[in-house]
Amino acid sequence: MLAYVVRRVIATVPVMAVVAFFVFSLLYIAPGDPAAVIAGDQATPADVERIRQSLGLDRPFLVRFGEWVWQILHGDLGTSIFTNLPVTTMMAQRFEPTLSLMLVTLVFAVAVAVPIGVLAAWKAGTWIDRVIMAFAIFGFSVPVFVIAYLLAFVFALELEWLPVQGYTPLAGGIWPWFQNLILPAVALGCVYMALTARITRAAMLEVLQQDYIRTARAKGIGQRGILFVHALKNASVPIVTVIGIGVALLIGGAVVTESVFAIPGLGRLTVDAILRRDYPLIQGLVLLFSFVYVLVNLLVDLSYTLLDPRIRY
Amino acid sequence: MTSVPPGIAVAPELPELLPAVNLGRGAVGFLRRHPAVAVGGTLLLFMLLIAVFAPYLGTVDPTALAPARRTRPPSAEHWFGTDMLGRDLYSRVIYGARVSLLVGFSVAAFSSVIGLAIGLVAGFVRWADAVLMRVMDGLMSIPPILLAVALMALTRGSVGNVILAITIAEIPRVSRLVRSVVLSLREQPYVDAAVAAGTRTPMIMLRHILPNTLAPMTVQATYICASAMIIEAILSFIGAGTPPITPSWGNIMAEGRALWQVKPFIVFFPAVFLSITVLSVNLLGDGWRDALDPRMAKGL
Repeated sequence: MLAYVVRRVIATVPVMAVVAFFVFSLLYIAPGDPAAVIAGDQATPADVERIRQSLGLDRPFLVRFGEWVWQILHGDLGTSIFTNLPVTTMMAQRFEPTLSLMLVTLVFAVAVAVPIGVLAAWKAGTWIDRVIMAFAIFGFSVPVFVIAYLLAFVFALELEWLPVQGYTPLAGGIWPWFQNLILPAVALGCVYMALTARITRAAMLEVLQQDYIRTARAKGIGQRGILFVHALKNASVPIVTVIGIGVALLIGGAVVTESVFAIPGLGRLTVDAILRRDYPLIQGLVLLFSFVYVLVNLLVDLSYTLLDPRIRY
Repeated sequence: MTSVPPGIAVAPELPELLPAVNLGRGAVGFLRRHPAVAVGGTLLLFMLLIAVFAPYLGTVDPTALAPARRTRPPSAEHWFGTDMLGRDLYSRVIYGARVSLLVGFSVAAFSSVIGLAIGLVAGFVRWADAVLMRVMDGLMSIPPILLAVALMALTRGSVGNVILAITIAEIPRVSRLVRSVVLSLREQPYVDAAVAAGTRTPMIMLRHILPNTLAPMTVQATYICASAMIIEAILSFIGAGTPPITPSWGNIMAEGRALWQVKPFIVFFPAVFLSITVLSVNLLGDGWRDALDPRMAKGL
């Protein structure tokens, strides 16, 4: 088991290396010459050349890549072109809202999606199943910002039940914090819920055909016991897998959701960075999000052995 | 029983064990058995017609400014109202269909062709497989929207660049799918037979492998088309997509954003059109998948 964990962790290194290489190339081929920017308008070509040499920009691509990776491993992601602050500082300031939004969304979406997926599989072929699957197709098809505006319009503007936009830090109290996150989390969670519910239904249908389910039924175990103990446990591997893969949807969706609901998080920071062409910040954000995504899927992989003792490595 | 020679029994008439399955034939029968394809296809065809005949649908120039008539609500003159610059929203939304469909179809086509090539090579050439799949794994671990956004930061906003950025973000998924299909097809007896008969590898790929990857590819392509249309709208919405002068649904919503609390109709109409279009493509994809693989129909 330990050997597997170690091997699996090592296997993420080449993946992150490819990500890092891609992200570094992004800055390398980005338009604009940093040396010329620093030198200013009055500089002669000789000045620019001197600055380029002092910054090490004249050295080969791979040397610079190696140095850049070395810096990242020491926690230095560079300095924002726009604010002159370290990228790590800027990201740390925006971390809490995004983490809150994602966790609330994740918990809410999984708590809804798995039971309705189970319900759809149990009632497969009936109108309940059709309604749930129709909802899932809608969840896939309606873009996150459309749902966001719709929810904000109904529940914030018309009914005035919840705040229209904004974010309250957790330090300001749990209810104010949660209140501001309800609409964004529901909007962001729709696609994720649709995906998870569909996979849950499919995995459950597969498992419910197995012989041991018939045995359990013959033993006289009730429907609830069969669904949630015997079937769901055995269907959990694909479900957990899709929950991990779906985090990519949450990350992409957070960029939009935070813009609609004016949440000062990493997604909003990404939009600002793109619009200002702040390449070091873009690099840092892409690296961070990809790292989180890889980490989540690593944890998912490692959870298989806990979920299904038959899986041995 | 008439004259039956002694010692010989007549078999009783066989009961109708397998009643003839009444399968509709032709296109109409196919659509009747797969209503999702029918509904999705009709909606998509409708959107396509709108996009193609945009200039003849009572539209005016979607970029014509009329500062005197800003943010008018929907009326007989301006069916969907006007935006902040007085442009006719109905015309902009109708013309917006062109951008969405162009991006959706182009990305689906390009990423399918490139992904197919990469997947075929990876499935057949051992040493290339390791390299290609590590690169694809790396690209796949960058969330697609983020990857497209980052690529857009490198270039000026144009429809071509949006198509390119989303295509790059979608390629890894296609090549993974193709590779997995190729790997399982390689083990098929008929491929062994072709090898034994001395068929060259390129011919095996072309004749025996490629046709069998097309079915799952077409399903994947519809999902990519849907996802590309959503990503295009998101890119335009956050200001990193098609240039603001081009009427695209994401752009119209981006412009309506500042006013959405007082003038929600500016965001509403493009949102409805976008959702219906994506829904139609997804329905088509779902129905098509069930039609190709009836075993899957019960599943996913």
